[in-house]
Amino acid sequence: MTTTNASLRTYALRLGDTPLILSHRLGEWCGHAPELEIDMALANIGLDLLGQARNFLTYAAQLSGDGVDEDSLAYTRDELDFNNLLLAEQPNGGFNDTLVRQFLLDNYHQLLYRALSESRDPQLAAIAAKSLKEADYHVRYSSGWMIRLGDGTDLSHDKVQQSLNALWRFTDELFNADGVELELAAQGIAVDPESLRQPWLAQVGNTLKQATLQLPQEVPYRRGGKQGQHTEHLGFILAEMQFLQRAYPNCNW
Amino acid sequence: MTQSHWPLYEVFIRSKQGLAHRHVGSVHAADDQMALENARDAYTRRGEGSSIWVVKSENLVATQPEDREAFFDPSDDKIYRHPTFYTIPDGIKNM
Repeated sequence: MTTTNASLRTYALRLGDTPLILSHRLGEWCGHAPELEIDMALANIGLDLLGQARNFLTYAAQLSGDGVDEDSLAYTRDELDFNNLLLAEQPNGGFNDTLVRQFLLDNYHQLLYRALSESRDPQLAAIAAKSLKEADYHVRYSSGWMIRLGDGTDLSHDKVQQSLNALWRFTDELFNADGVELELAAQGIAVDPESLRQPWLAQVGNTLKQATLQLPQEVPYRRGGKQGQHTEHLGFILAEMQFLQRAYPNCNW
Repeated sequence: MTQSHWPLYEVFIRSKQGLAHRHVGSVHAADDQMALENARDAYTRRGEGSSIWVVKSENLVATQPEDREAFFDPSDDKIYRHPTFYTIPDGIKNM
């Protein structure tokens, strides 16, 4: 495997791991959402994300060779080998916490996929173009709810603001580039995440303003997800997600 | 705190090749925009190119079953009301 190929594989894994873990989180809501309609919408978004994860992981598996496939990548890697953003693995909490996590990541994904659909890697560009349509819808949904709750009752406003303050420390990681991204960005394959920071702040800030919410202050930021250094939550997600595959390895389903 | 009220909306959909909107069912939603989103999730499965109308159920006025005779029957036995006694000139098409 050439260096570029190895970097490309890592990059594709990162792109797949975030929606994979986030879709697992959304799956946990099934049957527990505040309204039947919200239940359906969360499941819908979760399914979109799982589809995106499958596309990116299948591509990463192709680049790996050696009989690796999307299932072995999802079910047999341990947390140190997972490259998702820390924000995606945060617990669902209340609807306010889930909504804010979704809102921050949806806006990020929308910008990322728009830029990535111009990638010089045709496979990445195609997956991004498909995912962008879904991300556009997710942004609509989560922004709508941010405004509805932020500009809702005093209680709903305070709850959303609290979630925003609590999750803000995971947002800087979205824009931290490391060697892998810089190398591929220089070749026109990857998106340099730093280039998404200002548009994201503008977009998120605009919705928060409509929602009468405050952009949180600078905080001690957490990062490391892309390098396999996770918060304490990911291990539990994987224990649940991978149980069957580890108990009965290599079975067909 | 007052619980928000989720009224009923009726959903009408025109499919991609469809000519007219058809009533497909109903959803609950807190506002019009949410009703559209819910209808899209529940009834279109994102079939692109379709068009959705949502209408608050309270805005629909329906005919009453007991009015059926007065409303719909009278024309059946008055054939002179149907324009079937004219010969149509050759030049006119699509009639």
